[in-house]
Amino acid sequence: MDLSQLTDAIKSGNRKAAALLTQEAIDAKIEPRAILDSLIVGMDDIGARFQRNEVFVPEMLIAARAMKESMIILEPLLIAAGIRPEYTALIGTVQGDLHDIGKNLVSMMWKGANFNVVDLGTNVPPEKFVEAAKEHNPQIIGLSALLTTTMPSMKTTIEQLRAAGLTSTKIIIGGAPITQEFANQIGADAFAPDAASAVEVARYLVGPKAA
Amino acid sequence: MSEFTKLAIEDPANLIFGFAPKPLVTRRGMRIGGGVVYPEINFTLPTMFVNGATMPEVCRQYREMIDGVLKRACELSVPGLVVEFETLPPMTENPDWGMEVTNILLDAMHEAHAKEGLKSVLRMTPNDTREMVRPPVMRSGELWENMLELFDRSAAAGAELLSIESVGGKEVHDEALQSCDVGQVIFALCVMGVRDMRFLWPHIREIADRHNVHAAGDTACGFANTAMVLAEQKLIPRVFAAVVRSISAVRSLAAYECGAVGPGKDCGYENVILKAITGYPMAMEGKSAACAHLSPVGNVAAAACDTWSNESVQNVRLLGAMAPTCYLEQIAYDTRLFNEAISDGPVAAGFLQRWMVRSDIELDPQALVLAPESAVQIASAIVGSPNPYRAGVAAGLAAIDILSDAFKDKRLRIPEREVCWLDSIQNALYDLPESESEFMTEMMDQVDRSTFRPADYELD
Repeated sequence: MDLSQLTDAIKSGNRKAAALLTQEAIDAKIEPRAILDSLIVGMDDIGARFQRNEVFVPEMLIAARAMKESMIILEPLLIAAGIRPEYTALIGTVQGDLHDIGKNLVSMMWKGANFNVVDLGTNVPPEKFVEAAKEHNPQIIGLSALLTTTMPSMKTTIEQLRAAGLTSTKIIIGGAPITQEFANQIGADAFAPDAASAVEVARYLVGPKAA
Repeated sequence: MSEFTKLAIEDPANLIFGFAPKPLVTRRGMRIGGGVVYPEINFTLPTMFVNGATMPEVCRQYREMIDGVLKRACELSVPGLVVEFETLPPMTENPDWGMEVTNILLDAMHEAHAKEGLKSVLRMTPNDTREMVRPPVMRSGELWENMLELFDRSAAAGAELLSIESVGGKEVHDEALQSCDVGQVIFALCVMGVRDMRFLWPHIREIADRHNVHAAGDTACGFANTAMVLAEQKLIPRVFAAVVRSISAVRSLAAYECGAVGPGKDCGYENVILKAITGYPMAMEGKSAACAHLSPVGNVAAAACDTWSNESVQNVRLLGAMAPTCYLEQIAYDTRLFNEAISDGPVAAGFLQRWMVRSDIELDPQALVLAPESAVQIASAIVGSPNPYRAGVAAGLAAIDILSDAFKDKRLRIPEREVCWLDSIQNALYDLPESESEFMTEMMDQVDRSTFRPADYELD
């Protein structure tokens, strides 16, 4: 079976085809890892097109939904084979801030890249980030803020995460008023200027290149 | 509640800056919509925490901002000034803090009037903090009580214009925008949003009446402006954002049905449609609000304004002065030009109106739907509909007609990858059921019900 068909189904957001082809691939005894990789290739492709402004968010979303359909079928086999998402990422909008569209987009992009994403929601106090980080042991933590008056909460959150011993976890910040300079000032590991670049930034920080 | 069934302004030429059929007169004699465009200044804190410990610095910042703004307003001889105090969430959650700042602003405005004769009026805009908990609690609880308390105390202290950027329906709308699902947009704006407004605005009107001040207006900021920003970031199509803007007028209209009398709040770009329907004066913002966010409607937004705003700017130092003072100067000169055109008579004012409209509308669908001709067309579709749901559908279809016709006639540029969205949005609108109850049943099956409390929208 040619897995490029499955990749194409993800790229075009064809949920029915994605589910059907995933089942066919399983029936054809193709390794779960290879099936998963073909899904990720599809999401990477649409992510790149999104980054080049060739597609809009809804097109990304339907691709993500198609991948979800496939994952429902594939996940039990991945678990049985001991294949877990390579990275776990924690994400949330910091305390005092209720804006969540940007955070949701990053979350979607990370899920598409097969990160295990734990979304803490909005208005998340530093203690909740610390607690969740201890529970999920993420490699990446994403902090989002849209208001200038909640930007200081990013600093507080990073201070508390570091004070709690989470010194090797990579922290990425983003949001309309955020800059690289601010990221440097508050000790974040990176700044992602938009959702599309968040995958690249995360992979750069924790992937093979980082080693 | 009084529903609007016909237009207050039918001729697009009369949908013009400085004139509203129902002007509003303030205690210090500003006649908003009565032949003068007033600057409306708004400012906010630089990057800092707002808490008990920082309140002395918060107050110092606001004192510095209002003093700088009023001094410059006097130097530039503005005919009057609207000052908007849009609180930050901790100031709404703690009404005492909100009132500390309110009193600083009112005292300074009183002094400028007493000493310099500067007419000014305070627009008080508490945050809609009901969404601080998720799912939001919209009709009761401490957040709701504190928000009403701040409205009440600020009105008693002398804030004459009461406004809010209410959030009812946003729980569903964010997701609808990301999916570009026009049915869910209508559900969020015209069902959930309108129902929340019809609950919220009678309370604001009652407070306004009790203190002899004005229930001014609301805005679809968290809805249509979010769409505009997402379109600006190329995350969703501009044509979709333009349709959302048109539909959003149905939601914002509910405030006026419940007794608001204007001026509508600045960031409600849909205000031009509402002015055509209600005849009340409207605040608008555009090119001089670039300090707050980009927009593709910088000039066209001014075509029908009665106050002209900078949206908001942080108190940071620029070369000229602190930023709020600089922006006061910008909007003071903008309004001076509007008023000079008005003083030369309707023909001159009409020229300026058309230049502002024509300079924007070919370049962006969001600008085109705000042109006076478009606004009247969309407004007609809204008032001709039997209920808010059908009004949302009608507004969306009117917007699509306007955009499609202009694109076919080469009067509007639409990026190639967006053209297919015109048909797709139109088809989605045609596919929606005729009956509101059938629509609600469909939508309640589709939306994520965990994000809101159905009882708060009478949807249980």
